Amino acid sequence: MVKKIYFQSIFFSFFFIKEAFAAESGGMPQLNPEFWVSQIFWLILTFGIMYLVLSKLILPKISNNLESRKSQVLENIEAAEKQREDSDAKLKEYDEIISKSKLEANSIFNQAREKALKNIVAKREVLDKQIDNEIAEAEKEIDALRKNAPNKINKIAIETSSELLQKLIGAEVNNSSISAIVDDLSKRNGDKYYGN
Amino acid sequence: MAANPMSQFDVYRIGPEIKVGAFDISFTNASLFMILSTVSILLIFNFGSKKNSILPNKIQLLAELSYTFVSKMISDTAGSKAKPYFAFIFSLFMFVLFCNMFGMIPYTFTVTSHIIVTFVLAAFIFIGVTVIGFIKHGFGYLKLFVPSGVPAVLLPLIVVIEIISYLSRPISLSVRLFANMMAGHTMMKVFGGFVISLGIVGGWLPLSFSVALTGLEILVAFLQAYVFAILTCIYLNDALNLHH
Repeated sequence: MVKKIYFQSIFFSFFFIKEAFAAESGGMPQLNPEFWVSQIFWLILTFGIMYLVLSKLILPKISNNLESRKSQVLENIEAAEKQREDSDAKLKEYDEIISKSKLEANSIFNQAREKALKNIVAKREVLDKQIDNEIAEAEKEIDALRKNAPNKINKIAIETSSELLQKLIGAEVNNSSISAIVDDLSKRNGDKYYGN
Repeated sequence: MAANPMSQFDVYRIGPEIKVGAFDISFTNASLFMILSTVSILLIFNFGSKKNSILPNKIQLLAELSYTFVSKMISDTAGSKAKPYFAFIFSLFMFVLFCNMFGMIPYTFTVTSHIIVTFVLAAFIFIGVTVIGFIKHGFGYLKLFVPSGVPAVLLPLIVVIEIISYLSRPISLSVRLFANMMAGHTMMKVFGGFVISLGIVGGWLPLSFSVALTGLEILVAFLQAYVFAILTCIYLNDALNLHH
């Protein structure tokens, strides 16, 4: 539709020219060869100069700029990548250090515990020994006391019985005869009293 | 002058007449706009390539985007072998684009609306491509006219058609650009004329049409420059990589 109008109006415009401006130059100025040579000359001149300047001076610069920007961007990307890798490595290192120190802390704790346990055991042993010694000594003492006990009792018995006799009889009795009787008695009844 | 839709294409002398032998090479309005286009291209790309900052400023971005745009266009259509011709195709694209765009400014002259200009460009491309083809492939370049897989009976006909199509390349290339530019600008002038003649009562319709046409013409200006450049790439591709 638009195209139809387009071409119709072009046709119309030619018609218009023929009708109204027949007196003027007439037809298309493009077909008037008066300035053809001039146009060719100036075209070759301007286009040639433009081509030379563009191809020798400007386009290499633009391509250089594009190239250098590309390489710089690539370089920057590479550098960023490298830094990322570095940081990754550092992070790993850091993690390793942390886990290592955790292990170390663990082992130190364990060692300390073992040491403490050992200390406790040793001290307990020492204490046990001491206690054992003390017990043994006490037992010895008891034994000694137990051994001495019949003699003392005998003695007490002899003395008490001699005094009793003295009070009852009113005369001094020979100690040796009393002790002989007590000894005899105690030997007979010793087993009953002391459980030996 | 103003009322004639074709008078915008008039070439007139600016300054004195310059003659070299029998040839008149006077400075004209066409020359003026060729110089304007090339100077603005050179200025833009000069400023766009001066500083090389990692974050490009606007003009540098413009220059670099154009560079990558054209270089991608060439590598897509003609492959890596076309790299030595990058500067030429880039200049060609920029020259046609700027001439077209300068023509979109009111009261300017459109260099590319003249058949002689586009024909010289197209003829140069045609001759250049043909020479490159013969240099690269010798007489084997003539195989371009003999497509493979065609029955022998049809071959004479096909070869003739291929030769005609090959020879008509410069004509189609130049006429395409010239006709598009001329038709568009004529249209705009005609509708502009309607606005005046219909006055304040009926002039709004052609005015709105004219506004829409301006947008279309800017698109066409870019598109035709692109088509011109990409067809050059395709012709170059034929010469560099003989596929037939």
